Amino acid sequence: MSDAAAKPAPQVVETAAPAAVVSIGEIFLEFLIIGATSFGGVVPYLRGSLVTKRHWIDDKEFVEMLSISQSLPGLNATNMAILVGEKLRGWMGSVVAILGICLPGAVLMFAVGAFYRVHGDHVWVTAALKGVAAAAVGLILSTVVSLSKKALSHNFDFVFMAATVLAVNRLHWSVPRALVIVGILAILFHRPQGHHERSELAR
Amino acid sequence: MNQIPALIRVFAYLSILTVGGGMAAFPEMKILTVEVHKWLTFPQLIHIYSVGQMAPGPNMMMIVVIGQWAAGLLGAIVTLIAFFGPTALLAFVVAKAWRKLEKWPWRTSIQQGLAPVSIGLLLAGCFTMAKGAITGLETGAIAVGVLLVLLQYKINPALLVVAGAVIGLFSFTPK
Repeated sequence: MSDAAAKPAPQVVETAAPAAVVSIGEIFLEFLIIGATSFGGVVPYLRGSLVTKRHWIDDKEFVEMLSISQSLPGLNATNMAILVGEKLRGWMGSVVAILGICLPGAVLMFAVGAFYRVHGDHVWVTAALKGVAAAAVGLILSTVVSLSKKALSHNFDFVFMAATVLAVNRLHWSVPRALVIVGILAILFHRPQGHHERSELAR
Repeated sequence: MNQIPALIRVFAYLSILTVGGGMAAFPEMKILTVEVHKWLTFPQLIHIYSVGQMAPGPNMMMIVVIGQWAAGLLGAIVTLIAFFGPTALLAFVVAKAWRKLEKWPWRTSIQQGLAPVSIGLLLAGCFTMAKGAITGLETGAIAVGVLLVLLQYKINPALLVVAGAVIGLFSFTPK
């Protein structure tokens, strides 16, 4: 909130109603709707709702928040809820946003869990689940491909990617160990270039 | 036996591993929930993860099922909070600082460096899951089919998972 106060309403462009205070109830309801309708991936629904429909944030903010969400641990969906909620109404906004986005899926999965417990070994259920699991593998692979196209900035990145896979699946490193060791190597590989930083590093 | 403390420990730990997505925590989740605590079997874990892909909202809501099976409604709630609490808090605290670091040259380095590692973790999680989910030619064909369709067409992935269920129903039901 102090951020919003510090800058006088920026630019003339359609910066969406920045002054109007969004109520806690509205935030909860909007994220509840997203949580209940976002089949097949939350991000497009978030954009459609927060940027296009509600004008709570603009596209530039959305992209920036998404890039922060992706760099931090945690799911994009919940990190976005925290960031947008915080921007709108501080910590209370964050709390109701994450509650709203999680609640429908959580209730649904609770029901699924109860059903599976009773009928999980029925032949029809196991047959359908076998297909579902195989489809999910294909879905994850497609995410790997599209993320690689979007997020990798250097061909050598594929070496880091392969090293991570080998460390976890072959060497049976724990995820944090792989993350820290390969992560640090990769970050050093992508260290800031340019003369200023170079000379500073040399010292 | 009271599983609540173990649920909190395991899921708070898994929470921090979800770099780049929930799947990054999958290999560790398999070890802790299946092998160490035996809250469910590996096929069950694969099943509920996959069904979870059809549910709306954040795509790791399947953790609710593990909590439920281990310790009922309370277990489900505790698991939810343990899994989403730590990263939520981190996002809340770090977000502002991260925004201020826009000009810091290492910020880009960290983003560019973490990208291949997080994709690698996703792929590692995928392979762990594939070991249980791809059991023959048919399941392999479904996975490849879904992959190709998604790469080629803009279609809601949840629909393809539903299609997987239908194909499974017809091809894997014993005659």
